[in-house]
Amino acid sequence: MPGAGPFVGSRSFISRLREGDEIVRLITFLFAASVVLVTLLLVFELWIGSTLPRHKFGFHFFVTSVWDPIADQFGALPFIYGTLVTAGVSLALAVPLGIGAAIFLAELAPARVSDTLQFFIDLLAAVPSVIYGLLGVFIVIPLMREYIQPGLKHSLGFLPLFQGPAYGVGFLTAGIVLAIMVIPYIISVSREVLLSVPRDQREAALALGSTRWESTWKVVVPFARGGIMGSIFLALARALGETVAVAMVIGNTPIISASLFSPGYSIAAVIANEFTEASGDMHLQSLIELGLVLFLLTFILNGLARLLIVATSQRGGGMGQA
Amino acid sequence: MLTMTGVCAFVAVAVLFFILGYLVYHGSTSISWNFFTKLPAPLGETGGGMANAIIGSGKLLLLAALIGVPFGFLGAIYLAEFSGTTVAFIVRYAADLLNGVPSIVIGIFAYILAVLPFKHFSTTAGGIALGLMMIPITLRSTEEFLRAVPRNLREGAMALGASKAKTIATVIVPAAYRGILTAVLLAFARVAGETAPLLFTALGNRYWSPGWSQPTSALPVMIYNYALSPYEDWHRQAWAGGLVLLGLILVINILARAILSRGVAVPRS
Repeated sequence: MPGAGPFVGSRSFISRLREGDEIVRLITFLFAASVVLVTLLLVFELWIGSTLPRHKFGFHFFVTSVWDPIADQFGALPFIYGTLVTAGVSLALAVPLGIGAAIFLAELAPARVSDTLQFFIDLLAAVPSVIYGLLGVFIVIPLMREYIQPGLKHSLGFLPLFQGPAYGVGFLTAGIVLAIMVIPYIISVSREVLLSVPRDQREAALALGSTRWESTWKVVVPFARGGIMGSIFLALARALGETVAVAMVIGNTPIISASLFSPGYSIAAVIANEFTEASGDMHLQSLIELGLVLFLLTFILNGLARLLIVATSQRGGGMGQA
Repeated sequence: MLTMTGVCAFVAVAVLFFILGYLVYHGSTSISWNFFTKLPAPLGETGGGMANAIIGSGKLLLLAALIGVPFGFLGAIYLAEFSGTTVAFIVRYAADLLNGVPSIVIGIFAYILAVLPFKHFSTTAGGIALGLMMIPITLRSTEEFLRAVPRNLREGAMALGASKAKTIATVIVPAAYRGILTAVLLAFARVAGETAPLLFTALGNRYWSPGWSQPTSALPVMIYNYALSPYEDWHRQAWAGGLVLLGLILVINILARAILSRGVAVPRS
C-alpha cells in the first residue's frame, strides 16, 4: 500500500514488508519479462531485416543457386544443400557411436566409471568450436587428403558419393568435424533418458530369460526411443547452426555436388564470411534472411527434441511409480 | 555387441584426450612470454603475441557477465519464487528458444541492435552478443538450483515472520549459492569460446582497443583468423592461443563442477 504512512503502527510495518516483497517481485518480473521481449525482438528484427529479399525473390530464394552480389541476385540453394548434407553426414557418423556409448554408460558401466566418463564427455562438450576448427584445419584436412579420401575412392569409388579429386576440404570433412562436436550431446541426453527407464522393465526382460544384450536392445532402448530421437534432434540443431568449425573446413565454395569430396558452403559459413563485406542492402538482407532460415530450422528441431525428451522421461517416471 | 558399446564410449572420451594432447604438444612449443605481453607483429615479421586479444576477451566477457548474470539471476528468482505457471512457462519457453538460437544468428541480432545504429563495430556490441547468449543459460540452471532448495527452509523463514524478500535474500539464495555460482561459471565458460557472434560485432583489431566503442580483438576470433592465414608463424600463434583458450575453459568447467559438492547433478545448460 503505497499511501500508508511510516507511523501508523503494526499495520504499516506489515505493509512496508509487503511493499518490499512487491518491489522485489516487480523488479525480478521485469528481468524475467525482458527475456521474453528480447526473444520476440530477435524474431521481429530478423523478419524486418530481411524484407527486401523476401519481397523480391519470395520462394525462389530457396530454390535458385545464383549468388551474385554484383547483379543483386540471391539464391540460397547451395548453402541450404551444404548445411543439410554436412549435418546429414555428421549424424550418420555420430548417432551409432553416440548411442553405443550412451548404452555403455547407462546400462553396463559401473556407476563410478559411468560418472567419470560422463565428466570427460561434459568437458568435451565444453570445447569451443574454434578449437575443433583449428584441429580440423591442421589434422583432419591433411588426413582426408592423403589417406581417407584416396582410400574411400579406392574401395567405394563406384558410388557417386566418393568420386572426384581429393581436396581435403569439403562436405565429408565438415561432416566428420561436426560429428565429433555433436557426439557429446547425443551421449549425455541419451544416457539420461536410458537411466530414466524403470528398473522393472529390465528385470522383467531378464526374468523371461533374455540375455543382457537382449534386454538392453529389445526392451530398454525401445522404451527410451523417443528421448533418444530427441537427443538426435538436439544434435542436428547444433550441427545445422555450427559456424566457425564448418567455415574452416568446408571449402567455402557454393557448389551443389553429389560427391562428398567436393568443397561446399553452408548457411552459417556464408553469413560469417560475407556479413561484414556485404556490398549493399539486398546482399546484407539476404544474409539476414539466411539467418532467419537457420533460426526457424533450429527452432522447430529444438521444440521437437524437448517434447520427445520430456515425454519419454515422464513415461519412465510414471511407470516406475506404478 | 556389449563390447562394441564400450568401444564407442572409449572412442568418445579418447577424442578429448587427443585434442588436449595435441594442443598441449603444439601449443606449448609456440607459447612464450611474448604471447601474453606483445601486440601482434606487423605482417611479414615473426614474433609478437596476442596481448590485445587477451585483454579484449576479458573486456567482452566482463560486459557479457554484466548483462547475463543480472538478467539470468533475477529472472530465475522471479520464476522460482514468484511466478504463476503460465508466466513461468512463457519465460522458460523463451529462454530455451534463445538458448537454441545458433550463435551466428545472435551475432546478426547484436549487429542490428548495437552496430547498425552507431555505424561502427565495437567492444560494446560484442559484449551484448555474448551477454545475450549468457542470459538463458544462467536463467535456466539458476532456476533449477533455486527450486532444489528444500521447502522446509522457506517455511521456517516464513514462520519466523520474515518477508518473502528477506527469505529470498537471507535463506534461499545463500542455500543455493554453490549451484548458482556453478551455473554462472558454466555460462561464462560457454561464451568465452564463442567466435561466431563476435565476427561482425567486435570484428577484430590488430592494435589495442581503448574504451568500449572501438572494434576489439578477442582470443577466439584471433585463433580463427590466424588458423586460416597462410603464414607459418601465425599458425604457431593460433596453436598457442588455442591452448590458452581451451585451458581457461576447461579450468573454469572443472572448477564449476568442483564447487558443487559431490553427488549433486549439474543441470545441463
